[in-house]
Amino acid sequence: MKACPTEAIRVKHGKAVLFENRCVDCGECFRACPVCAIIVEQDDFDKIFEYPIRVALVPAVFIGQFPEEITTEEIYSELLELGFTHVFEVEHGAEILLEEQYKYCQEHADNKPVISPFCPAIVRLIQVKFPALVENIMLLKPPVDIAALYNKKKLIDAGHNPEDIGLFYVSPCAAKIVALRSPVGETISEVTGIINMNFLYNKVLTAIKQSKKETCIIPSRMSLKAKCIVWSLTRGESVNSSGRSLAIDGIHNVIEFLEKLEIEENTDIDFLELRACDESCAGGVLTSGNRFLTVERLHNRANIARQKLMKGIKSKESIMDYYGHISNHIEVDKIKPRSMMKLDEDMAEAMRKMKKVHDLILFLPQIDCGTCGSPSCSALAEDIVQGKASLAQCHFVQRTLEERKLFTREESVKTLEDTWSSDKFNRKWLLNL
Amino acid sequence: MHFNYQIEGGDFTRAGHASSEVKKVLKQLNVDPSVIKHIVVALYEAEVNVVAHAYRGKIDVDIDTDKVFIVLNDEGPGIPDINIAMQEGYSTASQKVREMGFGAGMGLPNIKKNADILNIQSEVGKGTCVEITTFLNK
Repeated sequence: MKACPTEAIRVKHGKAVLFENRCVDCGECFRACPVCAIIVEQDDFDKIFEYPIRVALVPAVFIGQFPEEITTEEIYSELLELGFTHVFEVEHGAEILLEEQYKYCQEHADNKPVISPFCPAIVRLIQVKFPALVENIMLLKPPVDIAALYNKKKLIDAGHNPEDIGLFYVSPCAAKIVALRSPVGETISEVTGIINMNFLYNKVLTAIKQSKKETCIIPSRMSLKAKCIVWSLTRGESVNSSGRSLAIDGIHNVIEFLEKLEIEENTDIDFLELRACDESCAGGVLTSGNRFLTVERLHNRANIARQKLMKGIKSKESIMDYYGHISNHIEVDKIKPRSMMKLDEDMAEAMRKMKKVHDLILFLPQIDCGTCGSPSCSALAEDIVQGKASLAQCHFVQRTLEERKLFTREESVKTLEDTWSSDKFNRKWLLNL
Repeated sequence: MHFNYQIEGGDFTRAGHASSEVKKVLKQLNVDPSVIKHIVVALYEAEVNVVAHAYRGKIDVDIDTDKVFIVLNDEGPGIPDINIAMQEGYSTASQKVREMGFGAGMGLPNIKKNADILNIQSEVGKGTCVEITTFLNK
């Protein structure tokens, strides 16, 4: 409840309840929950077999999950063994994005800074908490959608039926899943289904560990450019932007910076790369490996890619072959703010409610203990005004009411039970004292 | 609704506190984001002015359904010639202040740009009073 950066969680009957309009899908609750009660929904893996052509759209951080001794080739070939017909790294899409992003920033030089839409949790955070900054979000598709566009077009061009093509994205976090299922700025995504990264990691690692084969099929693949390999890491985008750019990771760091950005108009920052997770996608909630080791592995791989390029080793195919097709489809629709901060649509009513909130706060202890089921005293005051909670949920108010004989002990216990469930009262043990 | 805040001269680390608070309140009151931006940018500039030039000051914010009226009163050196101070690029800020990224001489012009009505009264040696009015139903 307290881990939520937008105060979207309340506790009722011992369970977490979500205010969906406040949730930005950052996954902080998933990370914090001590009993793993929060799950990230994914598609059934067998769904892939409904399609004759099964493409795994894999982010580069997936490879970074594995220990260094397991090669990229082994991981790729294991994905094919598991049933995919093609494996494609989504960051190839960044190659096109790089060009488009450069153009976009030049065209929008009057509305600085341009904010990257790469992290969907950040896009949603800006929508709900920083509505004035919505117009700064860059309206271009992320690498995963570009990768999907490319694969679909290429397979159709190769003579496949569009309905036979299944594009499955291996997601490192909850935010990307929601972004693909219910996109903010585009009507439909080309991606067919989603597989959680930790699920696939376990499947691949088990297969590799149990494999007794001496040889494996080495899939042919396009070599991924060094810039693209580290795209999803912190500073992966910002180093490529022209002008002054900043990269910030960690949702609380991002909030702190955006608060500042909102009140200072004269900023000469051209590009902002903002990521919800610490160490960006390497720290995604669905990753299994240690994020610092993942970053190290990706940087090592990028160095090797750079050396290969210096030696002139290049793959024949490139996503740039489809530059024209993709750049025609790369823009997304306007993103709308959906402010969660407002107390009421009507300003006069909002003012009345605010007055009530201020009055109520005086009754509360201001220690933000969370026993009432709201994350802070001010959140409880707002919940009460919005009719979602009662003042008696506050433990301190209860005691005061009991003292004044306005509340019985039983009523107090009942209120606590309504919030935290009766399991939290271990009466037997206490009665034996 | 009425809110008031205190400003301490020279305390740049706290500069922007009142602006942040006012911003939060306006968001809760469902004021149009672009209007909030104008109000808060103007207030922030004015707040920084007090921190940079005056000894201390106070901010009074009155929010109505049709307008937001902000008054900043400070005890300080005052402005000898308001017309000159209103020119872009005019600055009296010391090197120390400029090194912190303030004092580019854009403060007052920027407030004027972002406010619907700006009123400045100043008495040299006593202090300055800045009144910023923003209408909400434009």
